[in-house]
Amino acid sequence: MTKPQPILALDNVDKSFGGLRVVEDLSFSVRRGSCTALIGPNGAGKTTVFNLITGVYPIDAGRMLLDGSDIAAMPSRQRIHHGIARNFQNIRLMPHLSALENVLVGQHCRNRGLRGVLQPINLLPHNRWREEARAALAEAGLAQHERATVGSLSYGLQKRIELVRALVAQPRLLLLDEPAAGLNPAETDVLRERLAALSAQRGITMLVVEHDMHFVGALCAHVIVLNFGRRIAEGTPDEVRNHPAVREAYLGLGAETATGLATALPEGTMSVESSHAS
Amino acid sequence: MSGYAEGILVLLAINVVFAYGAFLPMSAGQLNLGVAGFAAIGGYVSAYLSNNVAMPASIAIVLGGLAAAVVALAVAVPVLRTRGIYLALATFALGEIVRATILNMEMVGGAAGYPVAAFIRFPTIAAFAVAVVGLVSLLFATRFGVAITAVHDDEGVADLMGLDVRAFQVAAFALGSGLAGIGGGLYAHHFSYIEAQYFSISLSISIVLYVLFGGTQSVLGPLLGAAVFTLLPELLRGSAQWRYVLFAAIVIVTMVVRPQGLVTGAQVRRLLGGKEQPA
Repeated sequence: MTKPQPILALDNVDKSFGGLRVVEDLSFSVRRGSCTALIGPNGAGKTTVFNLITGVYPIDAGRMLLDGSDIAAMPSRQRIHHGIARNFQNIRLMPHLSALENVLVGQHCRNRGLRGVLQPINLLPHNRWREEARAALAEAGLAQHERATVGSLSYGLQKRIELVRALVAQPRLLLLDEPAAGLNPAETDVLRERLAALSAQRGITMLVVEHDMHFVGALCAHVIVLNFGRRIAEGTPDEVRNHPAVREAYLGLGAETATGLATALPEGTMSVESSHAS
Repeated sequence: MSGYAEGILVLLAINVVFAYGAFLPMSAGQLNLGVAGFAAIGGYVSAYLSNNVAMPASIAIVLGGLAAAVVALAVAVPVLRTRGIYLALATFALGEIVRATILNMEMVGGAAGYPVAAFIRFPTIAAFAVAVVGLVSLLFATRFGVAITAVHDDEGVADLMGLDVRAFQVAAFALGSGLAGIGGGLYAHHFSYIEAQYFSISLSISIVLYVLFGGTQSVLGPLLGAAVFTLLPELLRGSAQWRYVLFAAIVIVTMVVRPQGLVTGAQVRRLLGGKEQPA
């Protein structure tokens, strides 16, 4: 029996900024329909990997396969047309637009050409795209905020709007960069349930960068660990939690000592507060 | 209507058209300081057409606008590669090139200026202004309006959302230049005479000020800005020599109090929807 083709595969990918090698000979694949976590200490290159997958930066070497075809040379703007959508570690909504209009921006990839651009979304009261965007906000419990300029909304609400914006693009592969950062435990639980439901109901494949190991353990069956731009471990949440190289990367101890600590440490101790330059 | 009132209203209508010419690129985050140059292209092309080809002034004016848009499209690719202050300088230089070229073109009178035989009155100019406001409002009620603001707010994210950032910027620049050209044509056909000196950087700066003052976030901004800039100096006429000092002071104070302009997008949404809930 042949292995099913992964939705995304990175094959010996390299990326340097000046003299700094931020991603080094990185290979991993994401199984279709799975929820895969990408973890690692700050500065491990997780967000850079997201930026390479979405085409913000070109890769220096290697291959990047989406459904088996190389997208390394594909312009960043076209990748969402091929089903890759993302959120951002530091929320990047359009500050001058309302929540609803931000979601309308997310639909753009489904409205190509002049006809799409000239859709009268704010002209006719029951335009179907506008109604769809309103429904998407309502589904996320954001109906009462649809007219608010996003800059006036709280961090948690903005994060939820950003997720809705990515979802209306109807992605097959959703890249989530620290979706739970800055959320309180109750909000984190709601988010985890929502993502699990999206994965189950719509079959969206998710690649998640997250520091909260409770969150990762509950949502993702597969975890890839990066450090200094290299993959140092891969497996189930429990496997990587007990992996000597992972414990060394996070705790900075010798591998032997770290292995000894493995059982002593409760789950979730790998969560690292605040992250800026990962 | 008195001649005085008509004169003011003509200026107002032309300034409104000019203001939308500057507003379109600004809504995409691009400052066009060469807007007077495109007004000059529209003015001279339409004047040349109505002087030399048998056609109604209105059609000549539309064709003049088209000519300005085509020139804008041709220069947009190199010019829009620059950003921020460099874009402002590049568009300024562009305007100066147009002006200097016209000064040296004997076929349109060169430095002596160019008389225009056809004459249009206020109703025609007002119709043009209303059409421009209407068309730009319609355009901004489509996905284009949301997309252009997205490009303005965050080019990087707009690109990742699948928007062709460059195409939107070029389209806004060319459409805006076309409107400026129409404004130039209206001016030429009402005042019956144009000269290159009128289309100088100070005209560009005034037009950009209308938009900044009125607000760049909503289609109502340029309309309001142009109205204030045209009517306020007239209202201050009572104080003779001091009126421009007073006017400048009012402008400065307003910009300090409302740096985002008189109207913002959020205000318009509140006005239209009436039920926005602050978080």
